[in-house]
Amino acid sequence: MNAVNPLPGAERRFMSGNEAVARGAWEAGCRVAAAYPGTPSTEILEYASQYPEIYSEWSINEKVSLEVAIGASLAGSRALCAMKHVGLNVASDALMTQTLVGADGGLVIAVADDVGLSSSQNEQDSRFWGRFAHVPILEPSDAQEAYEMTKFAFTLSEKFSTPVILRMTTRICHVKGVVTPGTRTEFELPEGFRKDVGRLVMTPANARHRIPRMFEREERMRQYSEESDLNTVREGSDRRIGFIASGPTYMHVQEASPQFSVLKLGLSYPVPIERIRAFAAGVDQLVVVEEVEPILETEIKAAGIPVVGKELLPRVGELAPDVLRPAIARLLGEEPEPQTPPPAAPPAIPDTQAQPGAGLFPRPPTMCVACPHLGIYYCLSKIRKTSISGDIGCYTLGAGHPWNALDTTICMGASMGVALGLDKGRVEADRDKKIIAVIGDSTFMHMGMQGLLDITYNRGNLTVLLLDNRAVGMTGGQYNPASGRDIHGADSLRIDFPKLCEALGVKPERIHEVNPYELPNLFKVLRQETAIEDTSVVITNQPCVLVDFYKGQPAYGVDDEKCTGCGNCLDAGCPAIAVTRRETVVKPNGKEKELAFVRIDSQACTGCDLCPKTCAPDAIVPLQGFTRQ
Amino acid sequence: MNEHTTTNILVAGIGGQGVMTAAEVLAQTALSQGYDVKKTEVAGMAQRGGVVTSHVRFGPRVLSPAIPPGEADILVGFEPAEALRWCRELRPGGVAMVNTMKQEPPVVSLGLFDYPDEPVQQIRAAGIDVHAFDAGDIARKLGNFRLVNTVMLGAISRYLPFPPEVLKNQIVDRFRERKPQLVEINEQAFEAGQAADAAC
Ligand SMILES: Cc1ncc(C[n+]2csc(CCOP(=O)(O)OP(=O)(O)O)c2C)c(N)n1
Repeated sequence: MNAVNPLPGAERRFMSGNEAVARGAWEAGCRVAAAYPGTPSTEILEYASQYPEIYSEWSINEKVSLEVAIGASLAGSRALCAMKHVGLNVASDALMTQTLVGADGGLVIAVADDVGLSSSQNEQDSRFWGRFAHVPILEPSDAQEAYEMTKFAFTLSEKFSTPVILRMTTRICHVKGVVTPGTRTEFELPEGFRKDVGRLVMTPANARHRIPRMFEREERMRQYSEESDLNTVREGSDRRIGFIASGPTYMHVQEASPQFSVLKLGLSYPVPIERIRAFAAGVDQLVVVEEVEPILETEIKAAGIPVVGKELLPRVGELAPDVLRPAIARLLGEEPEPQTPPPAAPPAIPDTQAQPGAGLFPRPPTMCVACPHLGIYYCLSKIRKTSISGDIGCYTLGAGHPWNALDTTICMGASMGVALGLDKGRVEADRDKKIIAVIGDSTFMHMGMQGLLDITYNRGNLTVLLLDNRAVGMTGGQYNPASGRDIHGADSLRIDFPKLCEALGVKPERIHEVNPYELPNLFKVLRQETAIEDTSVVITNQPCVLVDFYKGQPAYGVDDEKCTGCGNCLDAGCPAIAVTRRETVVKPNGKEKELAFVRIDSQACTGCDLCPKTCAPDAIVPLQGFTRQ
Repeated sequence: MNEHTTTNILVAGIGGQGVMTAAEVLAQTALSQGYDVKKTEVAGMAQRGGVVTSHVRFGPRVLSPAIPPGEADILVGFEPAEALRWCRELRPGGVAMVNTMKQEPPVVSLGLFDYPDEPVQQIRAAGIDVHAFDAGDIARKLGNFRLVNTVMLGAISRYLPFPPEVLKNQIVDRFRERKPQLVEINEQAFEAGQAADAAC
């Protein structure tokens, strides 16, 4: 077998890029790691927290996580913080000034860009932050490199006294590959925290003196990048094209066109422009393969080096081999190979379908069976004349079928300010509109609390629905201050939301805790609070079904004798309820009515008791003698 | 499959069905055989009842982690409509192994879309070598719905570039470590999958 044989004695481990980052940090002697969850970065801290030598925490937002890492670096420890791309927007206030201060213990910021938007509200390019903050950027192209570069990042940070950005993408974070790990070396600065007001207290007078140093540091890093062996050429046999690639595109170009040379930028900022110039001289055409923005392209062009980039390659999504192959063929004036070879025997495909599977239903993510958000959206979908500002979390799905009960989503916490703006900016036509904001517990603590204070301070006339499911549902049920558990699952603070809201200025009589499965009461409270001209907060109090303290009850079933086919239970949107049969009947008034008879998937049902309350004929009943497999 | 090139296995299904576990077992087995291996994971939102696919690639050296369109050697379809959705990713001569147990999504329940008629036949009509059987039923008869995973792995075991026993041992070892009481039932599930494929 022509397979890779492990080096004698070396251990081959199969790890995701995220696990590899945690491993690299641990081996580097990292002592503090902090993050707020966010796809595709979440598992970095989940893995880091498994190493007892690392103090790990779920921070309440990315800005705090970076500040914790900064403090730890100044205290003389190596520190890591991790976040998804949009997290660095939140943390950027700290970054943009810490770059003037620098780092003592290595300070590494792992940022995961969601190229292809698998689970994000935008597709922004974190490489800009390197330019903006004048800090170096490392870009691993697989798990082994994620491991090696993380380890190296701490050294680089200390060498230049700078925060270092480790830029990952979904294809690095969530791809497992073979990693050969090493061992941990402890690290601490023997002198500990060093008081230095001129450097650490960024008043205008002090900061002014740090700026030239930052530029001087950047210049030294530029020299370093020119010589770094993280920037290397893999020679090809065909000189017609030379690629510049970084991160996952390094693998993609080799797979698509192995015959061409590649200049791989592992340390992609500061750009080693003279290396690029020398490389360009040896090939007919220089092509820069960068996902999302034409950043390198712009800088290479500014250096007077001709290069092909985004006029050939898309600005959105991954630059996978199937995107690259036809583009390269076009550049060379060749006929692109057919992308999908036609099946051996040309088939007689039924209907008019061009390809098998064409026109198939979509299968978007759904809310979970028995999710506590279902009852909320069932009610919201039945209340008329509303404008509902939404936020980011599982509950964003409320914008879709069957509820259609969420009108805006921007970024975390935005539901608060947007609701106030919808209230203050309302025009005559919307005078009777009820303004509602929907926000989850984690999002509220991340960026929503400040918005609520702004609402009370400015006398907003709106109702806030705080969906406290005691977890960060969207990213997989991580703990947070609403869970009463820390990152390790140990008992910790459990925030008291009614008290918190009261402290933020909401009148105690306008704060209501509700059980989201108890529909009649939920309706009553929502109707009442939306009618009152004041700021109200309605807090739900049932946990996410993903957390380990969620307790299921015996399942329900449908009594076929009693089901009238009204379909009202389907409006709850629980994925355990399925239609078995549809019928059209003519009502006495001559109008046609669609009936839908249902069943409940008893293996999935957790007996949450929501749907029986949507069923007028009481056809949804507990199953007798039920056992769950 | 040529042992000097990359083997590409696409596992497709719905969040919660065990797609990721099946892919992980395949990847670990390939790793134990000395190959270079890459495998994509899907996390977060996509797992909730949405489509989940995992690409498993192994060979002397694997570069890009995603299987290029039309180059999958094996499609492991945990659900027939999902198998139909992904079957065009197979190379000519590739094999589709399909669990025929349907799972309708809410969009079908709500009447917004129809579930396809005879998805397996549509795959076959496209000229694809499809092997289909009800793995859900086999698992249920063995007494645990979660065995679907092992049944499917048993079913594809003879199409891999290593002996079926290697894959079987990987599964057994995995359970021996974590849940020894499930070793025997998983062996049976694996064999039932092998038998189901032979009968297709
Ligand atoms: C700045 C930023 N950080 C992280 C994320 C990823 N993310 C999206 S929603 C969410 C939290 C959801 O938790 P919660 O508000 O409690 O709602 P749930 O999903 O539990 O319903 C996170 C972490 C993001 N979109 N933006």
